[in-house]
Amino acid sequence: MNIFMMLAPMSVFLGLIGVGAFWWTLRHGQYDDPAGDAARILLDDPDDRPL
Amino acid sequence: MAVTYGLAPAPDLSAFLKQAPDAKPRLDLLVVGARCAGCLGKIERETAALAGVEAARLNLTTGKLTVTFSDAAAADPGAVIATLSGLGYAASPYDPGLAAQALDREGRRLVLCLAVAAFGAMNTMMFSVPLWAGLFGQELGPATRVVMQWWCALVATPCVLYAGRPFFESAWRSLRVARANMDVPISVGVLLTLAISFSETILRGRDTYFDAAVSLLFLLLIGRWLDHQLKSRARSAAADLLALQAPSAVVLGPDGVEHRRPIGEVAVGDLLVVRPGERVPVDGLVESGFAELDTSLLTGETHTLDARPGQVCRAGALNLSGVLRLQALARSEDSAVAAIARLVEAGAQSKSKYVQLADRAAQIYVPVVHSAAALTFAANYILGLGVREALLRGVAVLIITCPCALGLAVPAVQVAASARLFRRGVLVKSGAALERLAEVDHVVFDKTGVLTEGRPELIDGPPSAVALAAPLARASGHPLAKSLAAGAGPGPMALDVVEHPGLGVEGLIDGRRARLGRAEFVGVTGSQVRETELWFGFEGDSKVRFSFSDRLRRDAAETVAALKAMGLTVEVLSGDTPTAVALAADAAGVSRRRGGLSPMGKADIVDALQAAGHKVLMVGDGLNDTAALARAHAAMAPGSALDASQNAADLVFSGEQLGAVVEALKVARRTRRLALQNFGFAAAYNAVAAPAAMLGLVNPFLAALAMSGSSLVVTLNALRLRSAK
Repeated sequence: MNIFMMLAPMSVFLGLIGVGAFWWTLRHGQYDDPAGDAARILLDDPDDRPL
Repeated sequence: MAVTYGLAPAPDLSAFLKQAPDAKPRLDLLVVGARCAGCLGKIERETAALAGVEAARLNLTTGKLTVTFSDAAAADPGAVIATLSGLGYAASPYDPGLAAQALDREGRRLVLCLAVAAFGAMNTMMFSVPLWAGLFGQELGPATRVVMQWWCALVATPCVLYAGRPFFESAWRSLRVARANMDVPISVGVLLTLAISFSETILRGRDTYFDAAVSLLFLLLIGRWLDHQLKSRARSAAADLLALQAPSAVVLGPDGVEHRRPIGEVAVGDLLVVRPGERVPVDGLVESGFAELDTSLLTGETHTLDARPGQVCRAGALNLSGVLRLQALARSEDSAVAAIARLVEAGAQSKSKYVQLADRAAQIYVPVVHSAAALTFAANYILGLGVREALLRGVAVLIITCPCALGLAVPAVQVAASARLFRRGVLVKSGAALERLAEVDHVVFDKTGVLTEGRPELIDGPPSAVALAAPLARASGHPLAKSLAAGAGPGPMALDVVEHPGLGVEGLIDGRRARLGRAEFVGVTGSQVRETELWFGFEGDSKVRFSFSDRLRRDAAETVAALKAMGLTVEVLSGDTPTAVALAADAAGVSRRRGGLSPMGKADIVDALQAAGHKVLMVGDGLNDTAALARAHAAMAPGSALDASQNAADLVFSGEQLGAVVEALKVARRTRRLALQNFGFAAAYNAVAAPAAMLGLVNPFLAALAMSGSSLVVTLNALRLRSAK
């Protein structure tokens, strides 16, 4: 049971990192142009920074 | 009719440059026609290569190009637009506006709530698995169970309180005005579940529903977000149309300088300049200049009117030939157009009374769910179960009957439908529009610009003369001459060409002086024909006549046949002369037609049809159609229509194909069928699940499984729309 007492908070913490990362990408406009992002990968010198 | 994409380069485009205090000046442009990676690369490369441009970035999803300049002095918006049009893309300045940004903020908030709910659902599930497993015999030790329950509570509570806010706020707003919308049972269910689970945890009970509360929110938020996507896409599409056609007028100042002003700022008495290809902005008196005016969007008539000094022009008429100077007789609100605009408003109001399918279902659903839950609680309490147990069963009813079909299924079907129509070039303005379209049983077409292409085509004239007149026709910008030139194909141009506004062109062909234009200009007297015509002749030689007519859209007859096959009645209502209407209607295969109608006449016929119990789909493009478009049960307009008509329409289709109407009707009907299927499924599911919950036969595991399963089935059913032919 001791291992559980460590794993439970760790898994919640990792989940929180995921939510935080998602929040960061959302704030930086990474979902503003899905069609453009899909097309940009085909360009020779892709400039894939979010606007 | 004349394509209204792309404004003529205005003299003062620099007004559209935006400069934040500590940032580079930037220009937002709306680019039409960019679809693929090739377009994207070409546009960004060519624009960024211009002098003074620091960076160019195209958003392929919204079609907006943001250009950043190194400094304001070097900024040349005109060059950017010219470059884009050289590449083959129409572009016009665009003002993002505050409303769109506020909407976007709402969308981001929903996505964030969705992310939090997803996190909460997954992590709560993780701690719930051992609890569920305990229900199948492998009993957890009481201490472990309590730890697991507390972990669930710790994760689920903040997540529910945060992610549930869109529902709580909406429920609170509706409760304050003593109404109950769909969010009320959702909020009550979720919050009660949370409270009961808490008390169970504290009292060392075993019936906690934390996982159900969070995953319920997660599923409902998906529906809410899809709904929001549909609305914001429709709204931004409507805003794009307005931005593209931003009505402006060229006003001649006292100093003789031309200014481009918003149409609302034009005062009575202002001197206006209207160039060929532009529309008359407000009603005005011609001061100087001669021109031919195309009033087909105003009246539906195909032949042109002449404007000469002393004559009054009505707002909305298209100038075909010479430069006109007008004295404004009325402000934009008082122009003849405004009377029609008021009719449109009245129509829009009557349309907003339409109750959407989901709302109609909610009106029945909400009271039923609430009373079922209350009844369960009361009955179980009276039968001696104790408050705790009775409350638990009441909440189980609330959860298990969660209105997923209403909250998720209908938006999912409508999003799939509008995405499908969007790919086909049809823009859907709202989900309600699709529902109304599905109910239609009578289709009314306008003639000019809808059944027909709205462009004059050469129908009669000696073929040898076409080749002779072509060099002169190529030198003219007049639509009739252009059509003649197109008929002759590429070739040489006449020399020494002089264009006489409102009359015709004159020039040298093989060293001989020739004229192309109106009968009296070319030297023919006594021509009484009311048809659209053009005369041609060499000096001192005999004259030949070309006549033009508006050609039927290529798939008009096919479309009418398909509509009839679908069991719809097809009718043509037009402002054009009855003979012209009969000609076009016969060619398209429509037997019910009427011509010579006024705008009010069209609206009255539509009203009469609807009073007789028909649901009318109006397809029209002109200002004379807008009243009828607004009154009809559903309305469509081609992308070439006037902005007033596009505003009045529920759907706008682009391209040359009238078949878009058939496609839209088919998709709308299928959407309705799928939505009804989903309701049917939800009803069947509730009929089984609700009694089980009332009798207390449902444990947390089954409740979560049943609820998620029903949501999944309903969503997958919606997605069938994407693959169907």
